[in-house]
Amino acid sequence: MTIKDIEESLKKGVFSCQELVKESFSTIKKHDKKINAFLTLNEEQALKQANHYDNLIKKDKNIFDEKPLLGIPVALKDLFTTKDIRTTAGSKIIGDYNPPFDATVVKKLIDAGAIIIGKTNEDAWGHGSSGENTDYEVTRNPYDLNRVPGGSSSGSGAAVAYGGVLVGTGTDTGSSVRLPAGFCNLVGLKPTYGRVSRYGIIAMASSFDSIGHMTRTVYDNAKVLEVTAGVDPFDSTTVPIKVDQYTKKLGQSIKGMKIGLPKEYFVKGLDDKVSNSIKNSLKILEKLGATVKEVSLPHTDYAMAAYYILVPSEVSSNLSRYDGIRYGGSREMFGAEAKRRIMLGSYTLSSGYYDAYYLKAAKVRTLIKRDFENAFKEVDVLIVPTSPTLPFKIGEKVDDPLQMYLSDIFLCPVNLAGIPGLNVQSGFVDGFPVGMQIIGPQFSEELLYKVAYLFEQETQYYKIRPKFKNG
Amino acid sequence: MDKKYQPIIGMETHVELKTKSGMFCGCKNDPDAKKPNIHTCPVCLGLPGALPVANKKAIEWTIKLGLALGCKINKLSKFDRKHYFYPDLPKGYQISQYDMPFCYQGKVETSFGPVRITRVHLEEDTGKLIHQNINGHNVSLIDFNRSGVPLVEVVTEPDIFSSVQAKEYAKKLRQIIRYLDISDCDMEKGGMRLEANISLLNVKSQMTNNKSNSKFKLPNYKVELKNINSFRFLERGIEYEIERQREILESGKTPIQETRGYNAEKNITFTQRTKEEAADYRYFPDPDLPPINISEKWLNEIKSTLPEPFDGLFKRWQEKYNLKPELVELLFETAEESKKLEELFKKCIKEKLSVEKFVNAMVHKKIKTIEEFKKMTNIDEVSDDDLKVIIEKILKVNPKAVADYKAGKINTINFLVGMVMREAKKKIEFQRLQDLIKSFL
Repeated sequence: MTIKDIEESLKKGVFSCQELVKESFSTIKKHDKKINAFLTLNEEQALKQANHYDNLIKKDKNIFDEKPLLGIPVALKDLFTTKDIRTTAGSKIIGDYNPPFDATVVKKLIDAGAIIIGKTNEDAWGHGSSGENTDYEVTRNPYDLNRVPGGSSSGSGAAVAYGGVLVGTGTDTGSSVRLPAGFCNLVGLKPTYGRVSRYGIIAMASSFDSIGHMTRTVYDNAKVLEVTAGVDPFDSTTVPIKVDQYTKKLGQSIKGMKIGLPKEYFVKGLDDKVSNSIKNSLKILEKLGATVKEVSLPHTDYAMAAYYILVPSEVSSNLSRYDGIRYGGSREMFGAEAKRRIMLGSYTLSSGYYDAYYLKAAKVRTLIKRDFENAFKEVDVLIVPTSPTLPFKIGEKVDDPLQMYLSDIFLCPVNLAGIPGLNVQSGFVDGFPVGMQIIGPQFSEELLYKVAYLFEQETQYYKIRPKFKNG
Repeated sequence: MDKKYQPIIGMETHVELKTKSGMFCGCKNDPDAKKPNIHTCPVCLGLPGALPVANKKAIEWTIKLGLALGCKINKLSKFDRKHYFYPDLPKGYQISQYDMPFCYQGKVETSFGPVRITRVHLEEDTGKLIHQNINGHNVSLIDFNRSGVPLVEVVTEPDIFSSVQAKEYAKKLRQIIRYLDISDCDMEKGGMRLEANISLLNVKSQMTNNKSNSKFKLPNYKVELKNINSFRFLERGIEYEIERQREILESGKTPIQETRGYNAEKNITFTQRTKEEAADYRYFPDPDLPPINISEKWLNEIKSTLPEPFDGLFKRWQEKYNLKPELVELLFETAEESKKLEELFKKCIKEKLSVEKFVNAMVHKKIKTIEEFKKMTNIDEVSDDDLKVIIEKILKVNPKAVADYKAGKINTINFLVGMVMREAKKKIEFQRLQDLIKSFL
C-alpha cells in the first residue's frame, strides 16, 4: 500500500486510522525481535493520535488537503529530536535523554498528520554504513537476517522494508539514507543541502548532514518531501527557494533527457553483478526515451580522502557537547568509531595541521563540486551504482574501518557537493536488492523523482517483499 | 620607575551588548536575572540538534562600534568555533570570530598618544559558575542566563606604555561604547571585562641592538592579566605586574609567559594558567552559520545610524560654547543624551545666558533645567528698556555716587546696582546690570 492508497481507504472508510496504526504495531511486534529496527515505540501516543484523526475524518473529508500525511505511520531515526520521546542517537551516552522540543521536520510531519510510531536504530551518531556501530542490538536486513540493512539509518530502512511503517526518516551525511535504501529495496532521498531543515536533528557533520527519508515508492517519497522541504528560520543554512509540488510532475515523459555515466565510477572494485544490473537499467531508461553518455568527474579519486578529513573535523566539534556534565554518560562511553573520528578530527583541526588537512580538504571539496557542475553542463542527471557490492554479511567489515568506509565510495562525493541523490531499485541479484543512484544539480529533486517514477513504473521492483531469509 | 624598562601593554576588552535577545537565539538578554536559568532555550543550552541563528542587531552594533573606532570593515566575515571544555560552555565550543572579524585597524586617542585597535569581533558569552555550600556540601552550580549573550571583544596593538594610559584607554573605550548606547558597560556585573597583556622592554639593550630603527622589538614574553572589574584595579594590577616583572628581569631571568589574575584585597597578581597548559582551540568556520556579506548598502545603513563622532563633538562644543571636555563629559553618556544637552545649550544662547555657567551649575549644583538655573542665579525676566528707565531714575536721585564713580571710586557702581535692583524689585544678573549702568555713566 502507498500513501495514496491509504488516503483513499481512509476517506472511504475501508479502514480507520486506528486500525492502520494497530496493524503497524502488530507487524513490528511480529518482526522486530529479530530485526531490531526500533529502539523506542510510541504506541500509546500513536493510538491516541489515530483516534483523534478518525474523528477529524468523520467530520471533514477535506481534512487531507490540510494534512497530506494524515494517519500515515512514520518511523524516525533516533537522531531526530522528539519532544518527550527518548532520543538516543543510537548511543548509550544519551540513552535516557528526553528532549524538551521537536525537530522542525518532526513538527512538520506531525502537523501534516503523520503518526510517529517509534524511533529507529542506527549507527551511533550516524557513524557507519552497516548499522553495526549501534550501542544497542544490531539491525538485520529483512531480505537476509545474516546481512546488514545498510547504515547509518539502518532501523528506518529495515522498518519500511518489512512493512512496519510507510515512511522511515534518515539523515544522509555520506550515505546514510541511500545505502540502506539500496540494501532494502526502497526509494531513499538525500535532498540538496539546505532543502530540509536540520534544526533538532542531532548533528553529525553540519555542512554535510542532509535530512531525507525512505519509502517503498517514488510517489510516497515525493509526497513526504513536499511536507519536509522548505526554509526554516531556525536553520540559517536552509535556502528560501520555492518548494515544488514534487508529486505533480510524476508520469511526465523523459524523452530526450540526457543521462551521464561517470566513467570514474565504473572501475575495479565494483561487483560485476552490480555493474550489469545498472547497465541493464540504463537500457530501460533509453527505452523510455533518455540518451546515455559517458562523462568524467576527474577529482573522484580524492573524494573519500577529503570526506574523511572534513567529516571527522566537524564530528569532533559536534560531539564536544557530550561532556558528561549534563547528559548521563561520560566520554569514555563513546564507541570505537566515534572515538576514531574524534581523534582524527581533533588532529586535523589542531594548530599547525589545519592548513595541511582541513583547509586542503576544503579546497578539494570545491573541486569535487565543480566536477559535478561541469558534468551537469553536458547532461541532466547522472546515474551511478549506490553500492559497489551487494548487502554484505554482518561482521564482514567491522574490523576493517577502511573497507567499511569504501562502501560509501559512490555516495560521499554527492554530500561533498551538496547536491541531491535518489536511490531507486535497479534490480535484484541472487535475491538481494541492488540500488541505483540518480544524481542531479542543486534543487533538482523534482527532476530526480520524474526519472525515478517512470523507471519504477516500468520495473515495479517495489512489489517484491522481503522473505526473511535465515530468520 | 627608572627608564631602564619600558612597559609594553596591549589590551583585550569584552563588552556585553544590550540587544533585546541573545546572540544566536530568541531568549531575553538578561544575564543578571535574579532567578537562574530562566532565560534559556535549546540553542543557548546547547541541546543536541539545536542550531544558532545570528542576531542581526548585534552584528550591526559591532560594526557601529568598529566605525566609531575608525576601523575598516570586512566585506566578508564569518563565525568560527573555538573549542575548549568548561562546565559553563554547553556546546564544548564558543562561537566566536577567528581570522575574519567584522572590524579591524582602528584607533583610540589618549592624551599619551594613539592606541591602535587591532580588531573588533563578536562572539557569545558563556554561562556562569557559582560555587556554593549547600547543606554542608561544596557544590558548583551553573546559571545559563548569560549563555549566548552577545559579547564584543576589542583588541589593541601593544601601544600602551603605562598603567595610567591603560586606564585612560579603557575609560575612553567605555565612554565611546556608552555614547553609542550599545552596552551599559557595567563593570561590577561583568558587562565590561578588562584584560591587559603586559611585558617590560629593556630600553638600553634595545638601543644598542636596534640603533637605526625607531620601531622597538617586542619582549620575548608577555603576561596576561585577567578578570579585572574596575579601572582602579586595572591601574593597580598593571603597576604590581610592572614591579614584579622588573624584579625578575633585574635578577637576570625572564618572567614566564602565563595568565595571571588580580586579587583586589591583597593587591597582588597570581598565577592562573601557564603556557604549557594553554589550549589549542582548534578554530574552524562554524558550518551552522553561513558567511556574512556586508554589502555597501547595509554598511551605509549602519553608517547612517552613527552619531556625531565623540571627539568631534567635544571639539565643536569647546569652540562653540567654550566648554571644557572634562567637565561636560560628566553630563551625558549616550549620543541621545548629548543631543538633548545641546538643545539646552541652544536655549541658553537664545535667552542670553552663559552656556559655560549653565554647564558649571549642572555639574556642581546638580541642576537639570534652564528654569532651575535661572532660579538658582535668581534672575528675573526684565527687558533692557525697562531697566534703562529705572537706571536713569536711580542715577538722578544719587548724584553723589555718580560723581564718586566718575572721580575714580569704581566700587560705588556696586551701590548703584543694588539700588537699581531694589527699585526694580527684581533679581537681575549682576554683570548685565553693571554693564548697563556703565553705559550711562
